[in-house]
Amino acid sequence: MRVGVITFPGTLDDRDAARAVNAGGAEAVALWHADADLKNVDAVILPGGFSYGDYLRCGAISRFAPVMKLVIEAAGKGMPVLGICNGFQVLCESHLLPGALTRNSDLHFLCRDQEIEITNTKTVWTSSYSEGQKIVIPLKNGEGSFQCDDDTLAQLEGEGRVIARYVGQNPNGSRNLIAGISNARGNVVGLMPHPEHAIDTLTGPSAQGLGFFTSILNAMVK
Amino acid sequence: MSLDTVAIAQSTPENIQPFAQLGLKPDEYARIKEILGRRPTSSELAMYSVMWSEHCSYKSSKVHLKQFGDKAPKSDALLVGIGENAGVVDVGQGYAVTFKIESHNHPSFVEPYQGAATGVGGIVRDILTMGARPIAVMDPLRFGPADAPDTRRVLPGIVAGVGGYGNCLGLPNIGGEVIFDETYAGNPLVNALCVGVMKHSDIKLAKAAGAGNLVVLYGAKTGGDGIGGVSVLASETFGAGGSTKRPSVQVGDPFVEKILIECSLEIFAEDLVVGIQDLGGAGLSCATSELASGGSGGMKVALDRVPLRDPSLSPEEILMSESQERMCAIVAPEKLARFLEICAKWDVTVTAIGEVTDGDRLVITWNDEIIVNVPPRTVAHDGPVYNRPIKQPAYIDDVNSQRVNVPIPNSAAEIKATVLQLAATPNLADKSWVTSQYDKYVQGNTIQSQPDDSGMIRIDEQTHLGVAISTDANANWSYLNPYQGAKLALAEAARNIATAGARPLAVTNCLNFGSPEDPGVMWQFSESVRGLADGCLEMGLPVTGGNVSFYNQTGAVAILPTPVIGVLGVIDDVRTRTPMSFDSAGLELYLLGDTYEDLAGSEWAFMHGQRVGQSPTADLAREMRLIEVLLAGREEKIFSAAHDLSQGGLSAGLTEMVLRHSIGATITLDNVGISLLSETPGRVIVAIVTSKAEALKTLANKYQITLSHLGTTGGDALRINDAVIPLDELRTAHTSTFPKLFG
Repeated sequence: MRVGVITFPGTLDDRDAARAVNAGGAEAVALWHADADLKNVDAVILPGGFSYGDYLRCGAISRFAPVMKLVIEAAGKGMPVLGICNGFQVLCESHLLPGALTRNSDLHFLCRDQEIEITNTKTVWTSSYSEGQKIVIPLKNGEGSFQCDDDTLAQLEGEGRVIARYVGQNPNGSRNLIAGISNARGNVVGLMPHPEHAIDTLTGPSAQGLGFFTSILNAMVK
Repeated sequence: MSLDTVAIAQSTPENIQPFAQLGLKPDEYARIKEILGRRPTSSELAMYSVMWSEHCSYKSSKVHLKQFGDKAPKSDALLVGIGENAGVVDVGQGYAVTFKIESHNHPSFVEPYQGAATGVGGIVRDILTMGARPIAVMDPLRFGPADAPDTRRVLPGIVAGVGGYGNCLGLPNIGGEVIFDETYAGNPLVNALCVGVMKHSDIKLAKAAGAGNLVVLYGAKTGGDGIGGVSVLASETFGAGGSTKRPSVQVGDPFVEKILIECSLEIFAEDLVVGIQDLGGAGLSCATSELASGGSGGMKVALDRVPLRDPSLSPEEILMSESQERMCAIVAPEKLARFLEICAKWDVTVTAIGEVTDGDRLVITWNDEIIVNVPPRTVAHDGPVYNRPIKQPAYIDDVNSQRVNVPIPNSAAEIKATVLQLAATPNLADKSWVTSQYDKYVQGNTIQSQPDDSGMIRIDEQTHLGVAISTDANANWSYLNPYQGAKLALAEAARNIATAGARPLAVTNCLNFGSPEDPGVMWQFSESVRGLADGCLEMGLPVTGGNVSFYNQTGAVAILPTPVIGVLGVIDDVRTRTPMSFDSAGLELYLLGDTYEDLAGSEWAFMHGQRVGQSPTADLAREMRLIEVLLAGREEKIFSAAHDLSQGGLSAGLTEMVLRHSIGATITLDNVGISLLSETPGRVIVAIVTSKAEALKTLANKYQITLSHLGTTGGDALRINDAVIPLDELRTAHTSTFPKLFG
């Protein structure tokens, strides 16, 4: 089971994502933004960071990276794709996911341990969790406020495509406390908080983020 | 605009040059003429003026700083000492760690965001230049009064700048300080520390060796930012062009720096450089002269090859520009192709601008005309040295002869009110408003960060080896007694890392002071350096490098003497560190160390507007014994938690411990007021399970450290004698201050 982890220029959490993939039992494979092939990976993670310095808009330049053409193609055929933080922003810019991530409502970068509730366990990235399970993982970004139009929101809610919600006070102004969503097929997931920084209690607030990485392994093994 | 060449300089000795506007004194200018045997060209004048500035040459501090060498303790850990871009320390298992702290005070007052951001960028490049991967940053900050209107401009900007740059580089921010005092109102202090890790064999030095090797400039293009006096140069002497005023605060681009880091580390990994230097203060003037001095001295540079953001820049401006995110490497010709390939992969601009030559002259040309021909050592190292007048200021006897006169709480109501007031005062209040703007998780190796006593980073995932760092200064003590103040700051920083179980190894420092031309300030400075050097010798900790920032003063009012001391230590297994607080009820709390009536320089005295009395006297022998207790206690698994006492004394220490995991404590104290408020150094609260009491007593006895029982953990309140402070109330007091002040 090979999970590709893409490094764009300015990506920061690639090594963390690779560590989490390995901790979850799969094999992490480094992918470079200029790569012209996906090296036979079974799934892809777009990690956090400031790809291309977040110039123009977060993720707006990365979507044109050569490797993204392949990711978009593969996602269309059902390959599991997880975008974390900046990766989520890239997925929105690539139109693999609807909506956009805008400046946090208080206009500050925010790094904190955030409680979220897993609200859809049917995706390949969340199947290890139980419906309604609450976990604490780091949230760290400046542009994490999920926004979309009313129709899109109704569709996301109606189809159960909100995969995680913030618990308690809204940390960044996201609509309906949305922390993560999936595409209609459920193979593409975007998540603002960072499960890869919560794989052991030594370095993270919990080990509860590991579920995203064991989910994908389980899904592929089945 | 006419070009001033060496040939023209030789033939026009009478030309009047604006040396004074560039900050050079008449005798310094005369000295340059003596060195060169002619007047300098305008480019040479530009180079000497920036390299002989206080910032680059340490001309007022050099005579004092040499004590760090003279009094250096014997240390097997030191791999690279003072003089290189940063010191390097052996931490075992083949790993070397490099760390350094620098100031970016003045730019941060003018333009808080960019000033602070480029402060982080500069220190990170220093660490990278040693061949290390940067792994964390810390930022001790000082501001004017928390409620002053200008602080509302300066603090949010500086915090956003530190975060904006560091976050984008992917470096966890693991600690620092946020302190307020009115003397910092016009002179905020932005000190930035970076730590990096490498294998011993990967250490790089700033030297240009091997004639024929190439001088390669890579990174951002050179622009007109960060040029100070050069607009004077350009307009007054060379001036027909009517050059525009350019900003003297540099503008940073962390994305470019992140790319530069990854690109450089890939280049280092393939062993493609002979020597390397980053471009920071004094830009190319510094990099070329220091690299050449580090080798045999000969170097030839074609300045017109430097890639420019602004093609109208003059040679003088190019030499002085402090454009960020640039590096200069010495590369053997046969390795250039691979070097260029790696730069191309990362889309980094790269240009060979010259080569190492035989001989001992640094020669710089502009379209084949020689505009600089100097012995590089005279630029980089042989700057002026001043023995500035030193005089103990009049205030010392005055304040030392007075006694602190503050209310001492005694009744339950007074105790509760005092604890709540201390919890809420800006210097001691919860700093989450600041630290939540910093990424502490990136890289996945952060073991401890704010509000822990020290920052701790794992450097090996398999062996669990880690390093801990703390930075400290108590400027109130330094004001009362700068010699003791520096020693006490050293002791506190060392204690802070030992509290978690890391053994102190080495020291860096950032010495922030007023004007060196004031004999009183110079006295504060010389006493601080003497104190730090004596302290380091006694504690066996080598100083690996540091930074001096003078002229932090508004009119006649200097900042408090603020020597910020950073201590780095090593811990063999980060999994077994001693945490800062307890997460269960029923533990016994003890105090290690004696408590005297030390209110001078305390937070409680500061809150009552009193900066008088005599600072505590550092007892470093006792501090070292306390460190042994802390290290042995960790190894013998005696402690459930340990927390250093410093500002705010026992009151602040208990507040921080009970709020950490929302577990209260019941404390019984004799002489309750002084016990809560005194800031006697060398004290640590420890929590243990009852069965470890005998082991703790034996350990304290062995190292002759006073041990007293404080109470037990548990409940939903902090109870001190008859006073009951519900945790909710304490938390509200502690956490409301910053949001109230800064939104």
